[in-house]
Amino acid sequence: MIINHPLLGPRDASEFTYLGDASLIDRPDGTAENAADAFYDYAYLRDNPAGEHRELWYHEAGDRSWLVVTRNTLTHEISKVELARDVARTRGRSK
Amino acid sequence: MHDLVALTALGGTTPRVDTVGPVTCSEVPDVALASVTARLGHEAATQDELARLIGTATPTAQRFAGDPVTAFWSGPDQWMIEAPIATHEDLAAHVKTAVGTVASVTEQTDAWARFDLRGDGVNAVLELLCQLDLRQFQSGHVARGAVHHIGCFILCRSADHVSLYGPRSSAGSLHHAVLAAMRSAH
Repeated sequence: MIINHPLLGPRDASEFTYLGDASLIDRPDGTAENAADAFYDYAYLRDNPAGEHRELWYHEAGDRSWLVVTRNTLTHEISKVELARDVARTRGRSK
Repeated sequence: MHDLVALTALGGTTPRVDTVGPVTCSEVPDVALASVTARLGHEAATQDELARLIGTATPTAQRFAGDPVTAFWSGPDQWMIEAPIATHEDLAAHVKTAVGTVASVTEQTDAWARFDLRGDGVNAVLELLCQLDLRQFQSGHVARGAVHHIGCFILCRSADHVSLYGPRSSAGSLHHAVLAAMRSAH
């Protein structure tokens, strides 16, 4: 499998490690009233789609950047690769 | 305490040099290093200050530039600065003065060991060592990748001159890997 890194171009999947669902970016506010419920959802509940899935990959044997990879779990086709920090910033994180 | 002996990363008192066929691998201990990371919101300012420091445009992704103070790209909004230790022993302080509060600077001199590969058959050795696309790996190009499971920076200074930076604590393993590849290729 080849992951087309947005800065470095096509790189072999062996250079990357997989973390999990890209929704991990949306960490709940720990000081909110409903923090316990929100963290229960955040830590334990995942969608398990047969089809397009957004997931976090880490370019460990490369430039150490985190990526959000959109991958089809049925065909393994990768349709989109973004820098995770760009995704996080568009969602209002890392201000 | 004032009678310490300077040792290279491989533990010798002089830099190790090995030649196999057309390729020579030499340990390069006389380099000072410091890393620079732009602070959030100051990415453009960091590039401006670095350009002033190295005397040329700040290198973009996978590039390096500048002489004798060189900056090479190490990640998004991150660079490593290298300079001769004879003139820049206090490189981190020098860089910190240059970038001020727009970036964070970390001393890296003794964190890395550098090996230079020279000779016509350098690419044949690199083919065995790493997964780089060597057709794209031209002069001025830097890559970060795994060499024998060791995370390294690889700089293409010219067609027959490549620098390898690996973690100093793994210098022996990296040197072994490079020598094994040189013997296999030539």
